[in-house]
Amino acid sequence: MSKLISSSIGKKLFMSVTGLFLMMFLMVHLTINLLLIFDDTGELFNIGANFMVTNPIIKIVEPLLAVGFLLHMIYASFLTLTNMKARQVNYKRFNQTKSSSWASRNMYVLGALILTFLVLHIMNFYWKIKVDHSVAMVHYNGIEMHDTYSLVAGLFKSCLIYNLLYIAGAVFLGIHLTHGFWSAFQTIGWSSDIWRKRIEVVGKIFAFIIAAGFSIIPLYFIIKF
Amino acid sequence: MIEKILNEITLKVWRQKNATAKGAFETYTVKNISTDTSFMEMLDILNYQLVEEGKDPIAFDHDCREGICGTCSLFINGRAHGPDNDITTCQLHMRKFKDGETITIEPWRGTAFPVTKDLIVDRNAFEKILYAGGFVSVNTGGVPDGNAIPIGYDESESAMDAAACIGCGACVATCKNSSAMLFVSAKVSHLARLPQGKVEAVKRAKSMVAKMDELGFGGCSNTGACEIECPKGISIASIAKLNREYLTAKFME
Ligand code: HEM
Ligand code: SF4
Ligand code: FES
Repeated sequence: MSKLISSSIGKKLFMSVTGLFLMMFLMVHLTINLLLIFDDTGELFNIGANFMVTNPIIKIVEPLLAVGFLLHMIYASFLTLTNMKARQVNYKRFNQTKSSSWASRNMYVLGALILTFLVLHIMNFYWKIKVDHSVAMVHYNGIEMHDTYSLVAGLFKSCLIYNLLYIAGAVFLGIHLTHGFWSAFQTIGWSSDIWRKRIEVVGKIFAFIIAAGFSIIPLYFIIKF
Repeated sequence: MIEKILNEITLKVWRQKNATAKGAFETYTVKNISTDTSFMEMLDILNYQLVEEGKDPIAFDHDCREGICGTCSLFINGRAHGPDNDITTCQLHMRKFKDGETITIEPWRGTAFPVTKDLIVDRNAFEKILYAGGFVSVNTGGVPDGNAIPIGYDESESAMDAAACIGCGACVATCKNSSAMLFVSAKVSHLARLPQGKVEAVKRAKSMVAKMDELGFGGCSNTGACEIECPKGISIASIAKLNREYLTAKFME
């Protein structure tokens, strides 16, 4: 195991594993979020969100998620820096459009955009619930919980800009994953000439579901309210 | 294809006296070039012109001129080995260009491939990677009976595909990270698939990757640009194979 972390393939292994983990988190996150648009009273989403915060598995996964994000970003920065140093004098004319996708060449830019969105997202919701404690409480069947629905719906009804920012965040994430999904499998060696096409197709579909799924929610609030 | 004459071609060529000189683009024109002329013959014509004018001819690498040795290089109009697919620069012909076109010619760019003169770069880094493990050092005896050690059809085909690498460096030149992963993966997956090479597969993957990292090549972002520009069509499936070999080797430690 010596020097695995310092090797180029070792660093990519960490990117891949954390990326796969983050994608699994996104699926759970999206499923819960979609409850927002199925019940305008908010009960369904509030119960879903409460289930997530009280669930012991989630309590373990939450710090793991933070570590996953950090590792993903740290290794992304290390790799991007090494990769830039590997070509100090660049070409005057460099035609890359014929041989690779835009997303694959701009993963760090997309990552930075996702990070910007993430900071906004944490300030909007997580901070208010966990740090500020400025969120009202509601009761369903005698159980007390945060009225997360009013927090989220309130934001999306208050200002069109937020809706658009959340859609932009979802789209950047989707583009990151058009390359990221298949790339994660290639990095751990789970690819071949036959499987590659299949994984790429699944990856594109997954990226679309993530981008469209997270966009539907703000769109729903724009259209309905 | 019918031969045509390109009346005038403008060339923007990178000129650099030596490894430490600064270097700059120079503009030249060549006239009356047949579309049947190879790209390198066109450069030969230009060099005759320069010699007659008492100027220093343009230095560029070439040897076999038939796409098998991997000596030729050149980044032409933003692409390694020029605008055609699955060929080396020596197999490129002027029929791929239009009359009156301006063609930009640059050397391979990469920290591990420093320019030594004009369009020539030092690709010794590839030799160093090969010295690190791109060989078989176990004694395999005389020629064995053809049926004694069966090798599956897919395995042998994949090994032969990977063995087609001519070490030209187009993969490094075209990669946004100047990564040598396609080259290294071709060597590793070629040898790891055959009985003679399997014996040292673990050691080979580790030492070749370590050497590659040490020499200043970038990492792999899986963009796939290398396989498009590789004159021998080496697939990045061999990079997946290298990743498998390397990671298993590391976890076995
Ligand atoms: C939920 C958010 C995110 C998910 C699901 C995600 C997912 C992924 C996946 C699956 C990969 C492919 C890994 C591989 O090639 O083996 C990847 C690559 C990458 N990610 Fe992310 N990512 C996220 C956020 C970020 C952020 C915030 C950054 C910013 C620093 C970032 C930067 C990168 C870079 C630079 C790469 C490419 C590394 C390379 O191949 O050289 N990602 N991401
Ligand atoms: S893998 Fe292809 S592009 Fe790279 S050195 Fe070998 S033949 Fe050239
Ligand atoms: S000169 Fe030998 S491959 Fe081009």
